[in-house]
Amino acid sequence: MAENKKFWTSFEELGNTPIAQKMANKEFAEEIPNEDFLGDAETLENTSTSRRDFLKFMGFSTAAATVAACESPVVKSIPYVVKPEEITPGMPNYYATTYFDGNDYASVLVKTREGRPIKIEPNKEAHFNGGTNARVQASVLSLYDSARLKEPMMDGAESDWNTVVDSLRTELENSENSEKDIALLTNTIISPSTRSILNKLQTKYTRFKHVTYDEFSVSHKLDYYEKATGVRGIPHYRIDKAKVIVSFGADFLNGWTGQNIDSDYAKSRKPGPDMSRHIQIETNMSLTGSNADRRIKAKPSEMGSALAYLFNKVSNSSVTIPVADLRADLKMAMDDTAAELLEGKNKGNSVVFVGGNDAHLENIAFAINFALGNISNTVALGDTVFMRQGNDTDVVNLLAEMKAGKVGVLMMQGVNPSYTLGDKMEFDEALAKVPVSVCFSEKLDETASQCKYALPTHHYLESWGDALPKVGIYALTQPVIKPLFNTRQPQEIYLSLAGEDNNYYNFLRAYYDRKTAEVGISHAWNKVLHDGTLEIPLTAEDLWEKEVMFVNSHETEEFVYDLLTSADALKNEAIGGKFELAIYQKAGIGTGTMANNPHLQELPDPISKVSWDNYVTVSAADALDLGLIYEPQSNGAINGSYVSISVDGVTIDKVPAMIQPGQTIGTVGLAAGYGRKGIGKAGDGVGVNAYKLMSDFSRTYQDITLTKVDGEHEFAMTQLGRTMMGRKIVNTTTLDKYLNEDSEQWNETPMFHTHEGHKEANEISLWEEHDHETGHMWNMSIDLNSCTGCGACVVACHVENNVPVVGKAEIRMFRDMHWLRIDRYYSSDMNDEVAEESGIGVIEKFRKMEDPGTSPEVYFQPVMCQHCNHAPCETVCPVAATTHSSEGLNHMTYNRCIGTRYCANNCPYKVRRFNWFNYNGNDDFADVNPAQDDYGRMVLNPDVVVRSRGVMEKCSLCIQRIQYGKLEAKKEGRAIPDGEVQTACAQACSTNSFVFGDVNDTSSQVLKEKGDKRAYHLLEEIGTQPSVFYQTKIKNA
Amino acid sequence: MHYESSIREPLILGDKSYHDITVEVAKPIETKANKAWWFLFSLALIMFMWGVGCILYTIGTGIGTWGLNKTVNWAWDITNFVWWVGIGHAGTLISAILLLFRQKWRMSINRSAEAMTIFSVIQAALFPGIHMGRLWMGYFVMPIPNQFGSLWVNFNSPLLWDVFAISTYFSVSLVFWYVGLVPDFAMIRDRAINPIQKHIYKILSFGWGGKAKHWQRFEELSLVLAGLATPLVLSVHTIVSMDFATSVIPGWHTTIFPPYFVAGAVFSGFAMVQTLLLVVRKVYKMEHYITVSHVEMMNIIIMVTGSIVGVAYITELFIAWYSGVEFEQYAFLNRATGPYWWAYLAMMTCNVVSPQFMWSKKLRTSLVFTFFISIIVNIGMWFERFVIIVTSLHRDYLPSSWAKFSPSFVDIGIFLGTIGFFFVLFLLYTRSFPVIAQAELKTILKSSGENYKKLHDNGEH
Repeated sequence: MAENKKFWTSFEELGNTPIAQKMANKEFAEEIPNEDFLGDAETLENTSTSRRDFLKFMGFSTAAATVAACESPVVKSIPYVVKPEEITPGMPNYYATTYFDGNDYASVLVKTREGRPIKIEPNKEAHFNGGTNARVQASVLSLYDSARLKEPMMDGAESDWNTVVDSLRTELENSENSEKDIALLTNTIISPSTRSILNKLQTKYTRFKHVTYDEFSVSHKLDYYEKATGVRGIPHYRIDKAKVIVSFGADFLNGWTGQNIDSDYAKSRKPGPDMSRHIQIETNMSLTGSNADRRIKAKPSEMGSALAYLFNKVSNSSVTIPVADLRADLKMAMDDTAAELLEGKNKGNSVVFVGGNDAHLENIAFAINFALGNISNTVALGDTVFMRQGNDTDVVNLLAEMKAGKVGVLMMQGVNPSYTLGDKMEFDEALAKVPVSVCFSEKLDETASQCKYALPTHHYLESWGDALPKVGIYALTQPVIKPLFNTRQPQEIYLSLAGEDNNYYNFLRAYYDRKTAEVGISHAWNKVLHDGTLEIPLTAEDLWEKEVMFVNSHETEEFVYDLLTSADALKNEAIGGKFELAIYQKAGIGTGTMANNPHLQELPDPISKVSWDNYVTVSAADALDLGLIYEPQSNGAINGSYVSISVDGVTIDKVPAMIQPGQTIGTVGLAAGYGRKGIGKAGDGVGVNAYKLMSDFSRTYQDITLTKVDGEHEFAMTQLGRTMMGRKIVNTTTLDKYLNEDSEQWNETPMFHTHEGHKEANEISLWEEHDHETGHMWNMSIDLNSCTGCGACVVACHVENNVPVVGKAEIRMFRDMHWLRIDRYYSSDMNDEVAEESGIGVIEKFRKMEDPGTSPEVYFQPVMCQHCNHAPCETVCPVAATTHSSEGLNHMTYNRCIGTRYCANNCPYKVRRFNWFNYNGNDDFADVNPAQDDYGRMVLNPDVVVRSRGVMEKCSLCIQRIQYGKLEAKKEGRAIPDGEVQTACAQACSTNSFVFGDVNDTSSQVLKEKGDKRAYHLLEEIGTQPSVFYQTKIKNA
Repeated sequence: MHYESSIREPLILGDKSYHDITVEVAKPIETKANKAWWFLFSLALIMFMWGVGCILYTIGTGIGTWGLNKTVNWAWDITNFVWWVGIGHAGTLISAILLLFRQKWRMSINRSAEAMTIFSVIQAALFPGIHMGRLWMGYFVMPIPNQFGSLWVNFNSPLLWDVFAISTYFSVSLVFWYVGLVPDFAMIRDRAINPIQKHIYKILSFGWGGKAKHWQRFEELSLVLAGLATPLVLSVHTIVSMDFATSVIPGWHTTIFPPYFVAGAVFSGFAMVQTLLLVVRKVYKMEHYITVSHVEMMNIIIMVTGSIVGVAYITELFIAWYSGVEFEQYAFLNRATGPYWWAYLAMMTCNVVSPQFMWSKKLRTSLVFTFFISIIVNIGMWFERFVIIVTSLHRDYLPSSWAKFSPSFVDIGIFLGTIGFFFVLFLLYTRSFPVIAQAELKTILKSSGENYKKLHDNGEH
């Protein structure tokens, strides 16, 4: 029975009717209307694609599309086969070395990452010149300049070193045999070992002679001191000891004698009863003059008589120098100066400098210093500085011999005479008469391109070397990277030519060992290499490969020249034409050797704020006479006129003219170092060559002609506003007020009326306060008193943070990318009091306030992101790309930024910079942006991301350095000691104007600075509560 | 003595029958376009394409193609944005607020005014998009749940409020406009002969059948949407003004901005309605619907809002002086007397002086003069935004950063492009949409006693 059991659902099924049979074969009772939504059912049924196939295809396509979309950019990185012991990827190594290019000297530390030098930092432990200026900071980029000469060239074709050296040896022997001179023209060589090699060359070739030439020659000054002391060198000026500093045209804060004076200057300028007073008598508005307490305008032709007048006033000797008629105001100024110099406490503690290249001026200045008792104190006569060795007479003689065909071989190292010698000197003609010309050069520049042999040299970061910058200081240069190109140091070639079978490194070591043994000091080579410098006792003077007669003091009143003779000479020199010219160096470009360095070109001139250009600086009065314009265009950029300038028959047809407040009427200035050829895409053809005008080795010319020519020049400036418009931006007061008055009198805290009485800006707020007590709280103090405005910090910031270079056209569009800028303000002749007195209305008052005075005071103010604790930028960003850190910093998250630029608009300090273009990819920037070059890219700091187009960027207070410092401390289980973490700007500053640190560290310097009565926040009244604050500038007036 | 009380002027002139209205409204859609239309359309299309080119160039190369600089980070982009948003105010104001106030005269103009709103908000919405440095990351402004950790948008930022305000306003306006269009589309559908056309209007009219229930729902929805849209009219420009008002920049940081911006928006919106409708009524022969009294009404609104704006300008100056804040004082002095004095003068003349002519009945009923003033007001309101944005930014706190701004050809190209785009849309609209809300209009055909009086006079009673 059970087997027969049956289940059924309907009677039809039970009965097994035809309907039930039909239904049993179907899944669904009703017809599914497939056709209705699938279209043609017949075609569908005929296809061979099954559902499984469809899913397979679908799966494959999805996977294939995913894989295809996942292609990542190919990055070639090759691991170390044998990892060098000292290199840990991601960790920097530092090496001490020495920078000297004939103009600037610095003891530096080179930061390398994975074997690549990426940053130059000052060697704070160096015994001398352990500071960096803008050029030294930027020099690392010149290493990676792809426009460098890469192979030795002979007769205009690439060659190899063996052929070149062999051929050169033959040339030298031929010349020797045919009794023609073998001349070596170099810039100042302060390397004792190199001098030693040159002595060997001298022994081997009797016709060999060495001529030294400085572009910014102080040859007559050197002659003077050589006569006076027997040592060719300039006294070490101990400006830190000076109470009164009087400079006649010496731009001592900007190069000058290679001595890093600015750190000493800052020491003497500390506000307090001992603060020095600085009086500058000058023609152009120089960096030094803009820092002076009192600046007196004088033409070059007036310098001599002003100096002589001052001598008569301060000297108690029987000699009185007859003084030609002196302008009344200048006379008055000299009377004041004399009174200050003679004041009891200043006696023997002052210093009088003269700039330029004139022995007679130097003679009178020396006499003044002697009369004031400064010799051996502030003018350390025995403590000679050797960084200028040029000899003008030798150069003139050499040129004459070259023209006479007496020179068989001319070798040149570190000089570019075709560019730097004036047209009058006819160097090119002379060079053409020399059968064999050799140029050791980093570039196929103006001179090298005319030479038979153009031999590429190492960059200093690839070189060995030593230096004796000054008595008692010995320094080493060491390579930090294998040479990038097929280059050699000239020393190697000299050794080969001298027949020495030795390379320069071995020679240097042997030399070092021999010399240190001779002077009886035992210092391990590695230790000196590590430290960078070595202090050697004065008896080690004979490290200098030449006999020196050393005079420690100058006891008599018998000066090198009779004072009356000097006065006569100066009187004869004083021509005083309608216009006088003073050629100067800019803080960025200097003598022009690094003119292809985009960081330096982009660095604006500290005074005029013009970048990528040089120009004639004229006074407003002269501009009016000549009809020169200074016209803001519709986009704010300034257009100027062109002038033609001629000196002794040499003319530059078209030079842009910039109206410079503070320029002496009847004079013009022109910066050298521009108008280069053959040095690379960035620097070629920028500006005009001022050296061309130099008919001798002087930088001042007293009778020049200046005529306006047609056309308008487009200036590129990073700052257009010129005055402070009566606002408290650079807070400034006098020393007298600072010492004697309550700080509220000169550093007022803005107060607000509220219903609860008067309140400070940071007590009134809409926002919740951040926790500032836990952890670190980074603050920065910027001392406006010690900031000289030189711009070293700006370049340091660019190198450290991969700040894009944008080029002239974009700067003119007012789109520089500088994270840190130095604002320059001139004082105006108009202010509230003047307006009230003369009954000028408010509109007219503000309009006049925009114009600087004719003899303005100048203020500098470095401004970067102020890291507000109530930041206006943070509240307005729609995507929270900029946020506050718990350490008092304002962060910028590039990945999150969508580029609405609202933050930049709402920033009261205008420190935010937008990436208008893809600077590292857009072809328009290929010529200027190093990040677009395979070599230039190597200098990028791997710790800082290169920003893409369309994002905002700004100062991070070097967050990568803060993080590194924190991690190092954490690894070692210690707190971060004050001063260990430094921002790039703070580190680069030779005058220590920036103090960075943690205010939650009670022992920190920055906390002390914060409590200083000079401290104030920029625009405190807005209530942004910045983490950066400033110290009031004190003028000793 | 026969005394007759005055009869309200009729809102529709010319003794129209219901059928007349249908025919006349449908005419532009049912007939071929004339040469003038094609000429204008081609011109607008060329301008639009030029703008598209400039936008693509900007997106491809960078915002650097504009004339902006490190100090003036917004200029024509945001000026154009605010200008277009402002213009977009009249439509909703007319249709929503005037509906709530039962201003029946609005009926012959609200359709076009709303179309103008939609089209100008489209133009406005372009700018916050393309002004971004990284447009492709623009979705970051949306509060979307994400995998970046707890990364959220910044609700403090007025730009974010803008995103919400504009998108809300746009969607509500669009729905409101569309709802009004449904019975009219049905009318076109019913008259259409061409099957394709019929099909399209069939879809557009959502199966409108004109049943009493349909009408009831239509009325209720209109009222609800009007209620919703009314606060939006006020809120959108209030929020746009907060882009400036909540900042710290002197000249922007002003509490007067919300009402002042709203008044300005209504002012410019009505001016743009005038500009467009004076042309439309002429070209499509709608003089009987869009009458001189409409023009006069709108002129009165322009006069009132223009005066409000004028008071706001003067209040700003007063407050700057009264505040005692040197930055604020200088900012306003600089506006009037600085390098951009000409922009300030243009703004003052166009926005404050020119509407005052409307006190004269003769002038405000003159069509030529109205057209002229409407253009002037549009120019003036563009300058107002330019003055607020550029002259405040170009000289703020630190004189070291003071700059000026000059537009590049791309700035100009994009602005012209949006004008082109706007007219492309508007011209297409006039040929495919009923430019007058005819269904609504028919409800007021007989609301004046004029007809009855006429009938009586003719002895037909």
